Amino acid sequence: MSAAGWEPHEALIRELTAELRPVRRLWSPPWRTAVWAAVLVVAAGGLACVSDLHAIWLRLTGASDMWLAVVGSVVTALTAGLAAFELSLPDRSRAWALLPLPGLALWLGASGMGCLRTTLIPAARMPTMGEESHCLMFIVGVSVPLSLLLLAMLWRARPLRPGPVAAMGGLAAAAAAASLLSFIHPYDVAASDLVFHTVAVGIVILIVRALGGRALGAPTSSGSGRMRRRG
Amino acid sequence: MTATSAGTAGEDSDRRRGALMAAAQAGDRGAYEALLRDCLPLIRSAARGQGVAADRLEDVVQDVLLTLHRVRHTFDPSRSFNAWLRAISQRRAIDVQRRQSRQRLREVHDPGAYEDHPDPAASPDHGLDRVTQAQRMREALAALPPGQRQAVEMLALQDQSLAEAAAATGRSKVALKVNLHRAVKALRARLAPGDES
Repeated sequence: MSAAGWEPHEALIRELTAELRPVRRLWSPPWRTAVWAAVLVVAAGGLACVSDLHAIWLRLTGASDMWLAVVGSVVTALTAGLAAFELSLPDRSRAWALLPLPGLALWLGASGMGCLRTTLIPAARMPTMGEESHCLMFIVGVSVPLSLLLLAMLWRARPLRPGPVAAMGGLAAAAAAASLLSFIHPYDVAASDLVFHTVAVGIVILIVRALGGRALGAPTSSGSGRMRRRG
Repeated sequence: MTATSAGTAGEDSDRRRGALMAAAQAGDRGAYEALLRDCLPLIRSAARGQGVAADRLEDVVQDVLLTLHRVRHTFDPSRSFNAWLRAISQRRAIDVQRRQSRQRLREVHDPGAYEDHPDPAASPDHGLDRVTQAQRMREALAALPPGQRQAVEMLALQDQSLAEAAAATGRSKVALKVNLHRAVKALRARLAPGDES
């Protein structure tokens, strides 16, 4: 390589080299997803302590769509988390964004089946508007700390595409919150229920994408951030 | 060079850069400096592949170097360094192109604007102003005492040196400088805006 090839950036290279410090490599996405899963297990354990597990078991095993919907939301939470960690790295394919789709399809499909079943059953108990808004508040409220945790884990990667990464993190947090909702959701999924859950998940994704995307894309206070750009 | 040997050379350079980056992650400054210099052709090539114009190429290189420094902990030595760097370069190239597009939208391209812009000096009013100003200057010069007028004419208008003016007039250089100073002061007072007398 000719000297003229790197001369324009010689000062910058010297500056970057001068401020080089040893760094701790980022854990691989599967390991970080395992940490995320462990957090969800702890949260589920906490809720299990205050829930009637026997009643939950009977309700979930009463119809296949009930437990399939929970499996779908749990799979979505984990796969969206893994996709967010993968997408946060520079050299990973955008196709990782498709990973949560099967889980999401199972979740929405099984919930839709549940709606159909409750519609066909005469005199089935329908949730009241108060219960619906309680579900919405639960999903949004529980998503807040989960999203913050995920964003903190994602922030270390300094993603080059912060918006999609944050949105994927939002989906993971909302799906996790919806999974945890199963512990305190004492009735089958009705059509209005499905709409409220979907709206709650959508709200979480939009908020996390907007605020989290900005936070993930914000310049750091490290030395390179202080460096002046060439005019 | 055959395709196989070219591929092997590429793999070798990839491994070498990966090893340098691994050393840099551990804090080896020599390895880091060598790596950054070695990366420049790859960055330029990736940016050109994204269609970055030649005059923006070095902006992309600078952005990539800064990004590489910021995200160096995300490189996994078990993966390809070249692929990692190429992904960063392509992303930054897109960012630079977007910035350029936004700039183009803000700036209006109108090549005929210069030719169409009216020259204020070409207006009849402007010509009249210049004639009036010249007339006022002549009157102000004529109103100066003879010594001061002579100093202005020789030193300012005829561009003579102090020595030449002193020899021509028989006055000392100091006297000429004092006269010039007083003349300029008097002309400023007389030609000041608002004084149309």
